[in-house]
Amino acid sequence: MSATSQNLVRGVRVEVRGLRKSFNGVEVLHGVDLRVEPGEIFVIMGPSGSGKSVLLKHLIGLETPDAGEVLIGGESIETPGVMDRHRMAMVFQSGALLNSLTVGENLGLYLWEHQLKSEPEIAAIVAAKLDLVGLKGMEDRMPNELSGGMKKRASIARALVMEPELILYDEPTSELDPLMAVTIGQEIVNMRKRLHATSIVVSHDRDLAFGIADRIAIMHHGRILCVGSADEIRATANPAIQEFLNATFKPV
Amino acid sequence: MFHDIGQIILLFWRTLQSLPLVWRHRRKVFDQLFEIGNASLFMSCVLSLFIGGVLALQTGPLLVERGLGNVLGGMVGLSMCKELGPVMMAVLIAGRIGSAMAAEIGSMTVYQEIDALRTMNINPVHYLVLPRMVAICIALPTLVIFAILIGWLGGAVVAANNHLISVPYQTYFSNLENLVGVGDLANGLLKSFSFAVVIGIVSCHQGLQTIGGPRGIGRSVTKAVVNSIVMILILDYFLTRMMINL
Ligand SMILES: Nc1ncnc2c1ncn2[C@@H]1O[C@H](COP(=O)(O)OP(=O)(O)OP(=O)(O)O)[C@@H](O)[C@H]1O
Ligand SMILES: [Mg+2]
Repeated sequence: MSATSQNLVRGVRVEVRGLRKSFNGVEVLHGVDLRVEPGEIFVIMGPSGSGKSVLLKHLIGLETPDAGEVLIGGESIETPGVMDRHRMAMVFQSGALLNSLTVGENLGLYLWEHQLKSEPEIAAIVAAKLDLVGLKGMEDRMPNELSGGMKKRASIARALVMEPELILYDEPTSELDPLMAVTIGQEIVNMRKRLHATSIVVSHDRDLAFGIADRIAIMHHGRILCVGSADEIRATANPAIQEFLNATFKPV
Repeated sequence: MFHDIGQIILLFWRTLQSLPLVWRHRRKVFDQLFEIGNASLFMSCVLSLFIGGVLALQTGPLLVERGLGNVLGGMVGLSMCKELGPVMMAVLIAGRIGSAMAAEIGSMTVYQEIDALRTMNINPVHYLVLPRMVAICIALPTLVIFAILIGWLGGAVVAANNHLISVPYQTYFSNLENLVGVGDLANGLLKSFSFAVVIGIVSCHQGLQTIGGPRGIGRSVTKAVVNSIVMILILDYFLTRMMINL
């Protein structure tokens, strides 16, 4: 199966039904329901600790739910081989580059380990993606020689190299300067144009969210409070949401 | 504890199943081999020189006193090859390599690198555990061969030069040659192979089980080393017991 040839790849539908998860007896997700359409850019916003990262980990099978299910293209994520049939990538909040490999090896890891491309092809792809995130020529650096934001960008590039059908971003712009944040936001949109990839973006960045989202979900204390287009979200009357969206510095 | 043993066996089974993939991961196996050799070849040579020496020193005077000085070679030869070589090297490697494996995999677990591998659909067992297991199973028996040879030499030097013993090299080695057979060597190598499996699997399992931050990594390392050594010593008894009947 060669999912690499462009345009053939289609985004995949993601459905979450009644997802519950507890850690050490404390319930973090209290029944989450979601439906993300193929090729959609879906942004999840919400206060820190509301369970966004935990939700993302369920979507890619890193955590197993206590109750409920996650469906990727109609199949449960726990079905053996789903990860072989659907290419999925995640940009971790912390970057999660492999510290023992160089930046270039990190980016090429997926193609290399699955023997999808020859060595020179991989090198070319890696160089192109690094250029895209503003890290041109940094293939031979080790991750610990990068700044926080550079790691984050390298990690985004690593996900882009995979050309996935579903790509999950956990706060992709949290450590980036505004210019780079726009570039990354643009690239999320481009990914969808090029690959029809489904993107789920967790972010606190209101500009990013309202700039790129087809739909936005607001998460609060392990529940989805509301889902809608940017305008619908702006118009909701829920005071908690309004407070969250309109927080600004008040003059002292 | 039984839960842990179950998980260790499961991990071992998964590693066995992935053995056909070893050729694909050969680079990583070579890297690991190189690292193990680099880290422990010199140390194990020095260690076994002294183990052979102290064996001769402890038993030599007693044997010579009773007129049995001519069997010293076989005595040192056998204990080095069937017992002390494999066990001491395994303990050394558990401390030197097992700890490093647990620490490396542990920090990868804690810093979500394992999660990242899984999102790339790369099986951590294939990517991390398999190369390490294969490498240690090759490296430890090889080190043990070195250790046995050098241990014999250490014993011989002490036997010839200690004034309480004074058994000449010729006597020492001809007796050693008479008493130590290929079967005894095979016995020692089989033991060291089993110990290698134990160290590799226990350390990788501990690494993958790591929770928490740097402290968790420290805990995993300690547990990996202690559990490996305990299991090595227990297994040693049963292996000896089994092979005595052969
Ligand atoms: N492995 C875990 N063990 C125990 N508790 C956990 C674990 N992972 C997450 N939690 C808890 O789940 C809750 C939600 O965590 P999560 O990381 O999803 O928050 P978040 O919405 O991503 O916040 P942020 O915006 O700060 O990243 C937190 O209260 C956290 O303490
Ligand atoms: Mg988070």
